[in-house]
Amino acid sequence: MKDKNPLWSFFASVKLALFTLFILATTSIIGTIIPQKETAQWYSEKYGEAAANLFQVLAITPDMYSSVWFLALLGLLCLNLIVCSIDRFPGVWRQITANNLETPVHRLEKMSPQYTWQSNESAEITASSLKSSLRGLGWKTEEQTSAEGILLFAQKGAMSRTGVYIVHTSILVIFAGAIIGALLGFKASVMLPETRSTDKVYPFEGQAPINLGFEVRCDRFDIEFYENGMPKTYRSRLTLLEDGKAVAGYEEKEVVVNGPLRYKGISFYQSSYEPYQEFLVTVTNKKSGLTETAIIPYQQQHNSETSGLRYGVINAETRGQSVSRAKIWFADDDGEPSLFWLDDGKQATVERSKSNYTVAVKQMYATGLQVARDPGVWTVYIGCGLMILGLMVAFFMSHRRIWLFISETSGQTSSILMTGHSNKNKAGFEKTFQALTQAIQPRS
Amino acid sequence: MDSSQLIGITTFTYLFSTILYAALFIFKAGRLGPVATIFTLVAFLVQTAGIGLRWLESYQMGMGRAPLTNMYESVVFFAWTIIFIYLIIEWKFKTRIIGAFAVPFAFLAMAYASFATGISKEITPLIPALQSNWLIAHVVTCFIGYAAFAVAAGLGIMYLMKNTSETRQTTNDSSLLGSLPPLKTLDDITHKTMVFGFLWLSIGIITGAIWANSAWGTYWSWDPKETWSLITWFLYAITLHARYTRGWGGTRIAWLAIFGFVSVIFTYYGVNFLLAGLHSYGSN
Ligand code: HEM
Repeated sequence: MKDKNPLWSFFASVKLALFTLFILATTSIIGTIIPQKETAQWYSEKYGEAAANLFQVLAITPDMYSSVWFLALLGLLCLNLIVCSIDRFPGVWRQITANNLETPVHRLEKMSPQYTWQSNESAEITASSLKSSLRGLGWKTEEQTSAEGILLFAQKGAMSRTGVYIVHTSILVIFAGAIIGALLGFKASVMLPETRSTDKVYPFEGQAPINLGFEVRCDRFDIEFYENGMPKTYRSRLTLLEDGKAVAGYEEKEVVVNGPLRYKGISFYQSSYEPYQEFLVTVTNKKSGLTETAIIPYQQQHNSETSGLRYGVINAETRGQSVSRAKIWFADDDGEPSLFWLDDGKQATVERSKSNYTVAVKQMYATGLQVARDPGVWTVYIGCGLMILGLMVAFFMSHRRIWLFISETSGQTSSILMTGHSNKNKAGFEKTFQALTQAIQPRS
Repeated sequence: MDSSQLIGITTFTYLFSTILYAALFIFKAGRLGPVATIFTLVAFLVQTAGIGLRWLESYQMGMGRAPLTNMYESVVFFAWTIIFIYLIIEWKFKTRIIGAFAVPFAFLAMAYASFATGISKEITPLIPALQSNWLIAHVVTCFIGYAAFAVAAGLGIMYLMKNTSETRQTTNDSSLLGSLPPLKTLDDITHKTMVFGFLWLSIGIITGAIWANSAWGTYWSWDPKETWSLITWFLYAITLHARYTRGWGGTRIAWLAIFGFVSVIFTYYGVNFLLAGLHSYGSN
């Protein structure tokens, strides 16, 4: 790789990285100004025929961020990263694994920071006492003895040199995760009325519905409001069914916004709802224990064939499109019909001459579920974790090295040359170095 | 005393801090130094109490939520973080002049939060999409990043002022700008602050993606706000590389620090008001 061919150098260059990042940053702006994912008709109405056509030709609409040219820019960034890393990493690895005892003394003499002092002991005794005090301070030394003297070397954070490469790799990992998700995953949605089930969901891209391989049933959907009328909770209860039977552990599972349900790699997210002009009425005969549920349109009487009961919702109070209270009309074949108000989603006991009944009423809703499978998401998260790790290493750690060369001046005295190097934060290292020189010199 | 009073007081105390630091800078009134610091510190504590109290009040109102979820609260937190970062810099680098360039950002943010029309100070409950701990992590980390970038921009302005004056005249020791830290130091602090901001912005983008994934099943949807945060991130990545591998420094980095902060402001503010998207909750 030393005989750099120009193409290689081009793709390894940081200039290209700066260029690509700049182009990515500036072109990304376009898609934030021109709304994305609208219909062709919308664009021509908003911008006129000619401009809309131009946008389409330039692939700015309907989805610039998955256009060929934008993906190519991201691809170029990746290629740049890969080539640049292959180009540089071996050199960095050599620095990490280098045998620093081979550093020639004349090089050490030119380095800074530097500190020299004399000792009244032989080189050997001086070296061993320096070694032990350095070890006490957390610097493990290696040593080499030569005719000129003894060289001690210690280092910290050699691996921190890989920090930048962890960051760069993390970007590739995130892209890999995104590609896995795009190729093997899907994003779809379904509007599912209460009491109904489906095994099909409708992808955002592509026409054909996706078969889940199991069924999902909406047992119930509830909205709760704060006192000021703002929505507090959207909650669906879902049951998953395989071959028509509820899957154990997946019965009436609660799904709220920020609390999806996951099964077989597919996640169900609460995303919207649709109120109906119909009511779900559940009636239980307390004496016989028989329960029936009926879907009744507003202001229509329901005649139950099984129980002979007749009931309906004759009035309702609403908050927006949501019913907060419903007035129930309830009759059996005996006596006057009962009339009463009931809060939505609540139940009441109706006392009739022959039996008592529990009547529960709630407005009928369909829950809007977002359904997604993304097998790449963990890869993306691992990439994100690596990025944070790498950034911390790259920004806050440095490779610090110290050398001490001890040469015997006469049989009983020696002189010590201490020097050091840090690849980052030189000012901070100088302080550490000064403190170290103070700490390891024998007090006189 | 309720939280909005405490927070309202902070607006004025930060104005006063700004005046103190400006006086320090303009009149070289060195003796004012400790006064400015102590005053700012007290204002900061008052604001901290205000934010804490607002949190408590939300519990008393029965909705218990961190005070970080609408435009007003995020601007207040932004100002808080600027002061926090500035105080750390003052303590670490032993220089107060930077206050004249950093504290005004906190004051402007507070003034905006307090007086701009169309910003509601009410404690409103959280709609379902915002009920997530990831959202809290997202807001906190983003704003630490934004605040660092604000301070870096202040340092950049300082650098440019000093640099212009040094090229114009040779004997500048008597001049106003002579009291600023040496260019080399400014350059170094600017860079360090940007690096710090970059780390937090990265964490902010990531926690935002995790939140989006838990709420909608997509960690990235190229919504304008997301895209702008990425544009900002690219800008700072460019700055880091230009400095680290191409040896850029001085004026260029100072300009990039300012330019980057303009992008931050747009991400934070412009997108909510000029472009539409998922994050439009901020516009109430
Ligand atoms: C968005 C994408 C990128 C991010 C987030 C990123 C991040 C970083 C970070 C954090 C550093 C360390 C800077 C410092 O210590 O101050 C760095 C250094 C570096 N980056 Fe990147 N980088 C990106 C893209 C690239 C690309 C495409 C290249 C391709 C040439 C590249 C080449 C380098 C080089 C050569 C260094 C210096 C490495 C060294 O110390 O030996 N970066 N990058």
